Amino acid sequence: MQTYDLAAQGLRGLNAGLHALKNQTNMTAWEVVNPKGAHAIAAGVDAAVEITVRGSTGYYCAGMNKQATIRIKGSAGPGVAENMMSGSVIIDGDASQYAGATGRGGLLVIKGNAASRCGISMKGIDIVVHGNIGHMSAFMAQSGNLVVLGDAGEALGDSLYEARLFVRGQVKSLGADCIEKPMRDEHLALLSDLLQRGEANAKPQEFRRYGSARKLYTFNIDNAGDY
Amino acid sequence: MTDLPRTPPRYSATFTPAVNAEIRRAAATGIYDIRGGGTKRHLPHFDDLLFLGASISRYPLEGYREKCATDVWLGTRHAKKPIHLDIPVTIAGMSFGALSGPAKEALGRGATAAGTSTTTGDGGMTEEERGHSKVLIYQYLPSRYGMNPDDLRRADAIEIVVGQGAKPGGGGMLLGQKISDRVAAMRNLPKGIDQRSACRHPDWTGPDDLEIKIMELREITDWEKPIYVKVGGARPYYDTSLAVKAGADVVVLDGMQGGTAATQDVFIEHVGMPILACIPQAVKALQDLGMHRKVQLIVSGGIRSGADVAKAMALGADAVSIGTAALIALGDNDPRWEAEYQALGTTADAYDDWHEGRDPAGITTQDPVLAARLDPVLGGRRLSNYLKVMTLEAQTIARACGKSHLHNLEPEDLVALTIEAAAMAGVPLAGTNWIPGRHGF
Repeated sequence: MQTYDLAAQGLRGLNAGLHALKNQTNMTAWEVVNPKGAHAIAAGVDAAVEITVRGSTGYYCAGMNKQATIRIKGSAGPGVAENMMSGSVIIDGDASQYAGATGRGGLLVIKGNAASRCGISMKGIDIVVHGNIGHMSAFMAQSGNLVVLGDAGEALGDSLYEARLFVRGQVKSLGADCIEKPMRDEHLALLSDLLQRGEANAKPQEFRRYGSARKLYTFNIDNAGDY
Repeated sequence: MTDLPRTPPRYSATFTPAVNAEIRRAAATGIYDIRGGGTKRHLPHFDDLLFLGASISRYPLEGYREKCATDVWLGTRHAKKPIHLDIPVTIAGMSFGALSGPAKEALGRGATAAGTSTTTGDGGMTEEERGHSKVLIYQYLPSRYGMNPDDLRRADAIEIVVGQGAKPGGGGMLLGQKISDRVAAMRNLPKGIDQRSACRHPDWTGPDDLEIKIMELREITDWEKPIYVKVGGARPYYDTSLAVKAGADVVVLDGMQGGTAATQDVFIEHVGMPILACIPQAVKALQDLGMHRKVQLIVSGGIRSGADVAKAMALGADAVSIGTAALIALGDNDPRWEAEYQALGTTADAYDDWHEGRDPAGITTQDPVLAARLDPVLGGRRLSNYLKVMTLEAQTIARACGKSHLHNLEPEDLVALTIEAAAMAGVPLAGTNWIPGRHGF
């Protein structure tokens, strides 16, 4: 276990050390202490390592992560795991806005609540939120899966493309072109796997599925009022 | 009675035939006009400025003999690996998707042969352009189509696009007919649908967030890459100031003459400012912050010749960027395709329906048959020739003004032909010492 005191040793040294791990197999467990809300902690990692951050993080923790498993033992600031490519990010607390924005792969687990625009423009990432999510979540979401055990705020899935949304609680409102869709066996199986990987204790049958009506895929003047 | 003089038909200056035609088109289709390119209206521009040249009080340098350097360093503020270019004319960001693969390759070849950089666009980095571009700038756009940390690291600089001159405040649009299998895969969207590119970034808003975003990108790339921030010509003084405050190494400022792949005509023609009005404001912002020449300024929008390059640099820019002119150099809008332009209801030098993907020149298309018309080797050579001519022209003017480097050109070398240009550029009206808006006038 490599322990790194962020407050004492600085961000640059941490990220440079993590980046140097690419294609290495030793030093696979890291612990970051005293994060004190610093930004860009463990951003741009590309190695199959386990990183535990003991405390809350600022903006863009685990940004563009590849391969690494990053556990945040606190809450995360805006843009956690933005544009993640692969690996996992697990947050014990809450996540601020834009969690998992534009993520292309991997798994983001938020055990508390997520603020607005969770999964905005997601492009293949899987996101599991144990609590609630804020307004405009999954805005222009292209692909991947967003699972919410709690409630969703206003305009869920606005201008959605091909991402799949699963919500167990209440949805305050759906955004433009987002509709409820039937839950078929394939979706139940997919959801079961996501819940298991997301360390969530819930039954797939309790969820509703939402997706794109695909009415806005090609501009039509008669749909202009829907935007 | 038939011999009486008659009032001849008189066209309205307000409801011109072109205006009326657009009203009829809108009424018939129910959709606004979408097109490519930049503004087509007449604007105060570099043509409204003249160089004074040498005189008794200024002596010139000998053409072809005395040195007039043209190189430029970009990204010297924070980046470990700043960029050094032989010439101060760069190629602007244009996407694969909007342009064909061979066109992107030709841009890379031409830029590299001339000693300058080229730039990706919305949709990500292609192997064609990375492979053929010695210096490649990677655009970081709101859509984040194709964005990944590997491409970020193999770029030579990163350009965060906040806006562009053709549509400050507007997103992008790539219509379904240009979404081929390859484009769809790169953008992670279904083939054939109209693709929206968002108008603002998904994970930051405002200058304070931008500062943190820049820091994140620097961390991911180990502080090696210069970070550019590109803005449309809207509020150049404040946008430049805020970009500098946020930590930019380079500010890219694009006037409303700058082109777009596809945007509403009403947006192109009615939002933003001409580049002539933008440059002095941006330069003043840099000077007020003590950052002129420390944070480099690249300007674009309607740059066509070495004279335009020299004028932009005399106003304080460190380099310029070209997009539309580069496409024309490759062969866009060439009269050799006139019959096909006519068949499309247009004519050479006026074709702007780039979004439809039917470009006879094979540049703004994803149609493999049309795209094959552009030979990337020949296209690259043509672009290289053009860039070298621009550089020679700019040197010719600079030597005439007694400058041993293009960067030594200064506003005092210029006068304006119109009151508007004098006010915008901050140089005297020719034959006077009057700069409208200055000195109490």
